[in-house]
Amino acid sequence: MTNTIADIETSDLILVTGSNTTENHPVLSSFVKRATLKGKKLYIIDPRKIKLTEYADKWLRPLPGTDIAWINGLMHIIIKEGLQNTAFIKDRTENFEALKTLVETYTPEHVEAVTGIKTGDLVEVARAFAKAPAASILYCMGITQHTCGTDNVKSLANLSMLCGHLGKPGGGVNPLRGQNNVQGACDMGGLPNVFTAYQPVGNDEARNTYEKAWSVTGLPKNPGLVVTEMVQRAHEGSLKALFIIGENPMVSDPDLNHARKAFQRLDFLVVQDIFHTETAQMADVVLPAFCFAEKDGTFTNTERRVQRVRKAVEAPGEAREDWRILCDMAGRMGYEMSYASSRDIFKEIAAVTPSYRGITWERIDKVGIHWPCPTEAHEGTPILHTTQFTRGKGLFHALAHTPPAELPDRDYPFILTTGRVLYHYHTGTMTMKTQGLNVLSPECFVEISESDATKMALDTGAMVAVSSRRGKITAKLKVSSKAVEGTVFIPFHFAEAAANELTNAKLDPTAKIPEFKVCAIKIEAV
Amino acid sequence: MDQDTIIINGNHLVFRSGETILETARRNHIDIPTLCHLKNAIPTHTCKICQVEVMGEPALVESCAAKAKQGMTILTDSPKVIEARKEVIKGLLASGYHNCAAREMDAKDWTSFQLTVLKNDGKEDLCPVWGDCELQDLAYRYQVKTRHTPSKECRYDTERANPFIIRDFSRCILCGRCVKACREIQVNNAIEFGYAGDDLKIIAKNDATLKDSDCVFCGECLQACPVGALVPDKAFRDHRFKDTRKIRTTCSFCGVGCQMDVFVQDNKIVKIDGADTDLPPNHASLCVKGRFGYEFVASPERLTRPLIKKDGKQVEASWEEALDLVAQKLSAIKSESGPDSIGVMTSARITNEDNYIAQKFTRAVLKTNNIDHCARL
Repeated sequence: MTNTIADIETSDLILVTGSNTTENHPVLSSFVKRATLKGKKLYIIDPRKIKLTEYADKWLRPLPGTDIAWINGLMHIIIKEGLQNTAFIKDRTENFEALKTLVETYTPEHVEAVTGIKTGDLVEVARAFAKAPAASILYCMGITQHTCGTDNVKSLANLSMLCGHLGKPGGGVNPLRGQNNVQGACDMGGLPNVFTAYQPVGNDEARNTYEKAWSVTGLPKNPGLVVTEMVQRAHEGSLKALFIIGENPMVSDPDLNHARKAFQRLDFLVVQDIFHTETAQMADVVLPAFCFAEKDGTFTNTERRVQRVRKAVEAPGEAREDWRILCDMAGRMGYEMSYASSRDIFKEIAAVTPSYRGITWERIDKVGIHWPCPTEAHEGTPILHTTQFTRGKGLFHALAHTPPAELPDRDYPFILTTGRVLYHYHTGTMTMKTQGLNVLSPECFVEISESDATKMALDTGAMVAVSSRRGKITAKLKVSSKAVEGTVFIPFHFAEAAANELTNAKLDPTAKIPEFKVCAIKIEAV
Repeated sequence: MDQDTIIINGNHLVFRSGETILETARRNHIDIPTLCHLKNAIPTHTCKICQVEVMGEPALVESCAAKAKQGMTILTDSPKVIEARKEVIKGLLASGYHNCAAREMDAKDWTSFQLTVLKNDGKEDLCPVWGDCELQDLAYRYQVKTRHTPSKECRYDTERANPFIIRDFSRCILCGRCVKACREIQVNNAIEFGYAGDDLKIIAKNDATLKDSDCVFCGECLQACPVGALVPDKAFRDHRFKDTRKIRTTCSFCGVGCQMDVFVQDNKIVKIDGADTDLPPNHASLCVKGRFGYEFVASPERLTRPLIKKDGKQVEASWEEALDLVAQKLSAIKSESGPDSIGVMTSARITNEDNYIAQKFTRAVLKTNNIDHCARL
């Protein structure tokens, strides 16, 4: 997030898109709901009529996979009516003319034809967003999990810059991170192209720094493979071994059929986890690890706040801390990695990570600190881009709408979109161990609109077979007011009816993120 | 005298514009008890416990509702205040099924009563929040004896139909904190005051059980309840006198990073509460997963020993054997097929320290940049 969670409550207008906030970020959604109690405006632009729409001034419903079109449409109206922030554009950005030219064709009529959003609604949101003293954009995987995910995000940044809503309290472009330490995993260089703090592996200076700090030579300079590419290479046979820590791709990956074959072709699979997951069951070696309650360390949350994790209980049996297992492995492979405690590891992190340099466990003992925090005297950075952007001037990207990789047709007439429910987390390995959560959300379901169900003469509770060109699952139908005609939602938590048997593994070319939010399916009674 | 000061119990205190007497007092560590007040919510002033004496005012004043005014002179523990509080507490104890020590015992018998309770713990009618109840604390503090006061019968059955939360209406003092927590803090709008007069009850829509209502089991109400009306279905009933440790940590579910207090007995998590109301990012709020979804930690399904696949079947092995095998296999594949034939998937669930070591291992030992995690999934 460019801004903080607390900041949401100070916004004059909140635009939520591609985020089912009350179910995926429940506590953060309270900040949004409290803002509406204070009379702040709330607009939701989402394919599903999610719970948060009940609190909103208006809900706009785009066809899944048409985000660039409506964002360009908003900018078209704002520019046409002269509501853009000219001072911000002049002082803080570049390439505005290219954007202006591109969005000229995104008239409200054209946008309505592509997205289904009514002209009047689009105009209302455009005016309110541009005129608000501070407007915040909250988004999540509904924006990113598309073949045009990167361009979707850039388009939201365009919109925010156009109105000068960046770099100030109550504004910002705010991605809501879905897992406890997904921010930290990225910050720590758990990515194929960067070391910690996003220092490129291709940068000679960065590699030199790390070679010195780690006393090694020959650190690889070419970026590696992302998760989805690793699966592809395993399928092709050029990736021979996989070491998986705390992940369950056999439920969370797209097109599971394909992924399963890929994993079977590996020469060697190691899984380090706390449970015997679907993925662990396929492994040649399974290593038992600690869970969060058994560890000392830090997580970094969605607002870039580095916070302490503290050991509360002893781990079961012979389980070990993740870092200790890896250090033991390194030693056996001829490289000594030895730390007395995870606090010592954090000290090394701070030494080689510019944005974490000023953070110590002592400093975050009571309250976490937002990175970047370059020195121990620095208080951290709750709001990014207050005086300039990372690259200097903010760059407008002129981006055209591109349709999803797979659209419904006669054989597969429905659009499938996937996500989570309130009561479960990701592949359910943790939440499904709590009985009460299973009572509240016992099984997979196929959320469908009343009109679609009526057409098929089916009702809630009917067992249906759902199939795509890649796979088939069986689950109960659930008629819901959240669903809109033509679009079906299935949660991906449930291994026994895994939505990812159906999903499309087509990737965004830059972020390599799969298009989980749009694929074509058919539904049949069983 | 400075502008914007009030005098509480002889102390000259600066108040902030718009602040109530209670807020100024609390900021200055002066304790005024309340049962209905909930921080960051509009005062309900139902409990009347927070009454204080303001010089020049004919009647006592509710400190949670009255704004601090220049020059006010306030007494928080005058005989008049204490007498009034005693009456209020007496009324609350008589309003329902409050069979705790304070109701039955003289103060001098307190210790012997505690010993008796300890001996007989597990008795069904012992209140599940005995020893952890704000009303009981006040009754003891103000030495309220209600031996001869009959208690009101409750016409509503205890609701045990829900996961996680038991609602015992016989112990509800109708302070309204839970309603505030639900409607003003979490804004889930699931519960409200229902019926009227003697029938007054906290209800979900259509007086349904929580599980058949709009309730999302965030448990904010449970955390707010000052008495035993809302209790977890796994109250540490039988364990309440055991040593309990409280550990502050960060939630392990979504990316909000809620700060929470984990309560541990005998190496087992028995309860999780939101941390301080002043502490970002969550200001003491939690969701259903964070508050109740901790059973996985002590699950019997946890992995406890390394497993190695032998003849197509995974069997238990020692760490030595497992680590030797992994190191040997990875080294062999690295030298035969090159470093880039190996991939590492690190995790968005493990700590920064773990992740740092995972990428160091991948880059410095395996000598590949094939490291990624589930950020995109």
